[in-house]
Amino acid sequence: MVAAVSKLMSNQDLILVAKKCRVVTAFRNTLGLPGRLAVRLQPNHPTDDPQGVAASIIDGLLYGCGDAVIGINPATDSVPAVETLLRLLDTVIRRYDIPTQSCVLAHVTTQLAALERGAPVDLVFQSVAGTEAANRSFGITLSLLGQAREAALALKRGTVGDNVMYFETGQGSALSANAHHGIDQQTLEVRAYAVARAFKPLLVNTVVGFIGPEYLYDGKQIIRAGLEDHCCGKLLGLPMGVDVCYTNHAEADQDDMDTLLTLLGVAGCNYIMGVPGADDIMLGYQSTSFHDSHYLRQVLGLKPAPEFEAWLEKMRIAAGGRHLLPVDSRHALLADIKQRSL
Amino acid sequence: MTEKNPETPAAGAGRDPWSALSRYTSARIALGRTGGSVRTGSLLDFRLAHARARDAVMAAFDVAGLERELIQKGVATHPLATAAGDRRVYLVRPDLGRQLDGESRDRLLAAAGAWGRRDLAIIVSDGLAAQAAERHAAAVIVPLVEQLQSLGWTIFPVFIAPLARVKLQDEIGERLGARHTLMLLGERPGLGSPDSLGAYLTYRPGAARTDAERNCVSNIRPEGLPSAAAARKLAHLLLESARLGVSGIALKDTETAGEIGN
Repeated sequence: MVAAVSKLMSNQDLILVAKKCRVVTAFRNTLGLPGRLAVRLQPNHPTDDPQGVAASIIDGLLYGCGDAVIGINPATDSVPAVETLLRLLDTVIRRYDIPTQSCVLAHVTTQLAALERGAPVDLVFQSVAGTEAANRSFGITLSLLGQAREAALALKRGTVGDNVMYFETGQGSALSANAHHGIDQQTLEVRAYAVARAFKPLLVNTVVGFIGPEYLYDGKQIIRAGLEDHCCGKLLGLPMGVDVCYTNHAEADQDDMDTLLTLLGVAGCNYIMGVPGADDIMLGYQSTSFHDSHYLRQVLGLKPAPEFEAWLEKMRIAAGGRHLLPVDSRHALLADIKQRSL
Repeated sequence: MTEKNPETPAAGAGRDPWSALSRYTSARIALGRTGGSVRTGSLLDFRLAHARARDAVMAAFDVAGLERELIQKGVATHPLATAAGDRRVYLVRPDLGRQLDGESRDRLLAAAGAWGRRDLAIIVSDGLAAQAAERHAAAVIVPLVEQLQSLGWTIFPVFIAPLARVKLQDEIGERLGARHTLMLLGERPGLGSPDSLGAYLTYRPGAARTDAERNCVSNIRPEGLPSAAAARKLAHLLLESARLGVSGIALKDTETAGEIGN
């Protein structure tokens, strides 16, 4: 029903309806409030090098990003590597008392294995799809997701809320796994949202242009799909963000992303991605940058999550939630690193 | 409230005082800013890198060159073609890249009798970056084949199949009766990585296999996972897969990031 309606709606309908739906969630900060735009800091590194990851985290924090989550896509789905990254994130968040949450976006079973070994897991991540067969191709079932949620809840690491799950989706994932049963992409995308909704997530985002031109051919299709996904997710009551992105084999460029980013800001999107220079050096695609988030916050008068806004103020990184302050080399985030040489 | 106009460039705008951190990552950090926006130099760098990556996607695959290199190093090859036909079709029809074309299929079946059943079929494709297969495939395959053969593995000639998707290994493996398949193909090029090779291995390949039943080793290139290290890692995974009789998420990679980098 939601998918069908979205196909009848114009772009402006998709924006107007989404704008009316607010979905608020919380873990160590509060996301999705009116007038707010959060950013996932995505400090990926091609070999999961902890120093390389840390360098991108510092960069993002000093650009006022990271309130949605500091979330790393690991290059390798190995338990020790994931554990190392989780400990790094936990150390950074605790040392600077940052009101945000961490996540390492490995397969859910890898995260659970790390958790069982005592790794500090804030959010459990998993990609989800809209058919049982596609979810099986991801190596998951609903009961496995339920088990993961229980394990994360039991750690009681949230301070202002207990939304402990993070999901990603994207039109075409079922078709790509040949698990679509002849059903159209958007219907299955919305079914994926129904999967996500059952686990009370903190964050859900479509990775709208990631899958490539086989599924969304060019900038125009990516823009349309981004608006559809955001609106449908909000209608189903999800805390919907969007990874505004494209690959190098799609007919799209950064100007298309500027357009979609702006439209989603107007539509009240909960969060976007913050990747250094919009160039993800591990996943090999282009998303949105720390600078892009600053553009959007400025042009639409949006602020970070309130707890994070207060932290940025305290750390003298930004004033009024969106005015970046000059940072000199004695700033705490930099001085500390120099002493420890990372 | 004396909030400044947020469009006024911040005092001290320009360069970021943490550019020294760039030595830890090739990510585009410490770009500096004008107001909150990216500087023109960074914008132009980005556009140039994007144009280069687009060119890398469309580049033609030098199959003959790769065949020569492998044969010189004592590894036999066998050419195959998928149903995709040309690169434009390949980009929009993933289903056609997952199947052999009719003539290739006939030739494969004709040769299969003489080969008999073997432990491993290795397939190389350009995928989305021909340069990746041209530059790194042989350097992964040669030591890997050497090590596995020394342990008694029997291996088919290396199949070179332009315009293929990962799942093509299921059809090839199933038709040959291969116990394992390993597919090496060019990954989607990133802005700074036009030649990154991916490797996907499957135990008992067949039409019903899903991606959750494969193991992936990605980012094989000098700046990521160098070829020799990738060969060692793949040998380890294949041996473990054979020992346990599984592949995919049931076969956990227990190496740490540090070990991989060495």
